[in-house]
Amino acid sequence: MLKLKETARKNAQLLFPLVSLFAIVIINLIVEPNFFSLELRVNNVGNTVLSGNVISILDNGSELAILAIGMTLVTAASGGQDISVGAAIAIAGGVVLRVLCGNEASPDILHAPIIYAFLASCVVAMLFGAFNGVLVSIFKIQPMIATLILFTSGRSIGYWIGGGQIAKISEKQFGYFGGFIPGVPVPTPILIAVLCMIVIALVLKFTNLGLYTQAVGINEKSARLNGLNPVRIKLLAYIIIGFCVAVAAFIKVSRMSTINYSSVAQDIEMDVILAVAIGGNALGGGKFNMAGSIIGAYTIQALTVTLYAMPGVTSESIRFYKALVIIILVVISSPAVKSALEKLWAKLFPKKSPPVKEALV
Amino acid sequence: MQDGGIVLSMRNIGKEFPGVRALQNVDFTLRKGEIHALMGENGAGKSTLIKVLTGVYTLDTGYINIDGMSKAAKIRSPQEAQSLGISTVYQEVMLCPNLTVAENMFIGRGKYSFVNWGQMSRRAKKILDNLGIPAAPSQQLASCSLAVQQMVAIARAVDMECKILILDEPTSSLDEQEVAKLFSLMRELKSRGVGIVFVTHFLEQVYEVCDRITVLRNGELVGEYKVEDLPRVQLIAKMMGKELGGLSEIMAKKAETGEFAGVPVYEAAGLSSAAGTKPFDFSIKKGEVNGFTGLLGSGRSESVRAIFGADRMTGGRVSVNGKAARITKPIDAMKLGIGYLPEDRKRDGISADLSVRENIILALQVMKGFFRPFSRAKAKAFADEYIRLLGIKTASADTPIKSLSGGNQQKVILARWLLTHPEYLILDEPTRGIDIGTKVEIQKLVLKLASEGMAITFISSETEEMLRTCSRLIVMRDRRIVGELNGEDMTQDKIMRTIAGEAPDNA
Repeated sequence: MLKLKETARKNAQLLFPLVSLFAIVIINLIVEPNFFSLELRVNNVGNTVLSGNVISILDNGSELAILAIGMTLVTAASGGQDISVGAAIAIAGGVVLRVLCGNEASPDILHAPIIYAFLASCVVAMLFGAFNGVLVSIFKIQPMIATLILFTSGRSIGYWIGGGQIAKISEKQFGYFGGFIPGVPVPTPILIAVLCMIVIALVLKFTNLGLYTQAVGINEKSARLNGLNPVRIKLLAYIIIGFCVAVAAFIKVSRMSTINYSSVAQDIEMDVILAVAIGGNALGGGKFNMAGSIIGAYTIQALTVTLYAMPGVTSESIRFYKALVIIILVVISSPAVKSALEKLWAKLFPKKSPPVKEALV
Repeated sequence: MQDGGIVLSMRNIGKEFPGVRALQNVDFTLRKGEIHALMGENGAGKSTLIKVLTGVYTLDTGYINIDGMSKAAKIRSPQEAQSLGISTVYQEVMLCPNLTVAENMFIGRGKYSFVNWGQMSRRAKKILDNLGIPAAPSQQLASCSLAVQQMVAIARAVDMECKILILDEPTSSLDEQEVAKLFSLMRELKSRGVGIVFVTHFLEQVYEVCDRITVLRNGELVGEYKVEDLPRVQLIAKMMGKELGGLSEIMAKKAETGEFAGVPVYEAAGLSSAAGTKPFDFSIKKGEVNGFTGLLGSGRSESVRAIFGADRMTGGRVSVNGKAARITKPIDAMKLGIGYLPEDRKRDGISADLSVRENIILALQVMKGFFRPFSRAKAKAFADEYIRLLGIKTASADTPIKSLSGGNQQKVILARWLLTHPEYLILDEPTRGIDIGTKVEIQKLVLKLASEGMAITFISSETEEMLRTCSRLIVMRDRRIVGELNGEDMTQDKIMRTIAGEAPDNA
């Protein structure tokens, strides 16, 4: 009983993101009763694959969820956000294309194994992450300003790395990562996202990443006096988000077989930050809830998919409707509304007598 | 003393928080022109009572009557409290350090959007002069000493024609001279008929400046007394709800400690740090309790920070247990068996949003390493053990440390370092701002640990406390060691003479 209570209290933070996700799903069910229907169909390359709204949300939300993992750590440790993730995806994508295509625009055979391209883009993205991290941790520049530099320049850097051309890959295997692996009916991005979640869950369980980032984010001075090195921990968080960027970029490039440097992953940073916020995490840093951020990411993706399905919503007007829903979500979760709801709750269900008497004031 | 009418009466005050009855049937009466001490241990309900009075919390039961008005006063927000003539000056000054003194006195008070700077400055000057506060209206507040900042806060309150002035632990970060200045200001206000509620942990100060004392314990009223009717020992007994036997016990224990033999646990020669300490020599042996004493700003905290590697070392040699050592950052010191409880608990000690459990295991966990986290069960076992051992009052090990009272937070930080089993533990102001009961407990614990062989440095602003616990005192002035006292030389008088540079036989 006590344990149950403890679990409930600890996960109270998850309540809001779950309820929002649930609400969006309900709305979908009302508009479209077959919302949950899944079907197996044969796609244009001859694979038998799963399709349906839920699959589409999970598939397209993969990049968001992967980035949300990194953003949560960056937020917790540095008390700010990395707004350069979209631009960094252009860089990492450029690396992938350059390694695979060399200077050719459309090579018949790839210049290097795909895994080399991925590893190279990981290294480059983590270096750029470290660049942001150094600005934030050593030079103590506010995260938004520090990452603004890469936010501004990243797409150009990506274009140069890509050799100043927009290469296209026709190799079928390359498309597996953003599409389907033959014989597997689930979209590969979903599998990659799940893999990332498992990895971060294991890392949080078997290392002190969680405790250290939170300790640094809550009170840097105290963390230092307890033997931690805040500079190193912030740097680590930015390097981790660099890795997340590389994975997301790889999926993005694989989906299209090419990249449009000026529009790839455009505005994704805002969706990622929003995912972290909807997950109940304070954007000022400190305590974090990884599961909340990931649910937040899928909530936003569900919202996007839902809005597109609504009659009258076009790609020109969707941003407005999205903003409309987001403001509702954010206001509902605001401290003012929360305390008002708590008061209402207390009025509706007055407590008999307090069980324990302990002065904590 | 003009024993005027009653300016505030609170009756039957009750306040509940989820699972906690913070106040129950509390009465409090304040008369015109009186300084009234509100006393109690941490968690007794002092803060809650004040927050009810100032509209931070709304009360559940009871009523508040102000200035003999026939109706009960409704105080639902700090603004309403202010308009009723209730002003509060908190422990931490709640003004804007980057504005000027005059701006701070008038900010947020004008009804109009336009400011007449000249008039504001003249008026501020008049009030400051009137109250004898040594500050210029155009001076930036941050450039004033903490005491003057507090006085500016009080001046602001006075100018708002407050009838009831609440001073919540105003003296905890002031040195003796500053306290004296504050007291003369309080007496001045008293003679003008302001009723002052004075919350403090310093018993001396209560007897120096107060007329009446109201004692709370566990959220309930113990009683209201005239100062002259309540001797110190009785006051302590009333606050704790039991007779105080601990102090004599401490004295007896200390008497047993004799000479210390062997290699020093820690030894430094010519140590200096980036925080500006002059090079100093220092050593401490197993089982010894020493203290650094001196006025505020004399460099005692900087010295121990240099020992722990909290500030960058700029020179000197260090050896631990006879072996040369390099301490450039806290983790180096920790690995050599040194622990450090910092002076400012809130700024440097606690990790506010983390749980009691996480706060307790933090230092040991960091020593153990990034890739070797404690299992949940192990961490919980550690936390539970120390919660029991030190009698930490918390709902559970998962409670965030910020919801504990100051004394209990301090115990958690103490637990954090005890868990690392240090050979040498540095305690910088471990008893500041905590109640007398916990103070005695901590002093006892220090002596117990020393008798088990731990070397301890104990720093406190209360000299009396250091005299009780330390067997050797290092006296500092202007970031320099000016003397060392032990044995019979350790008296309040000798310390002051050494600080003043009048003790030729020691320096």
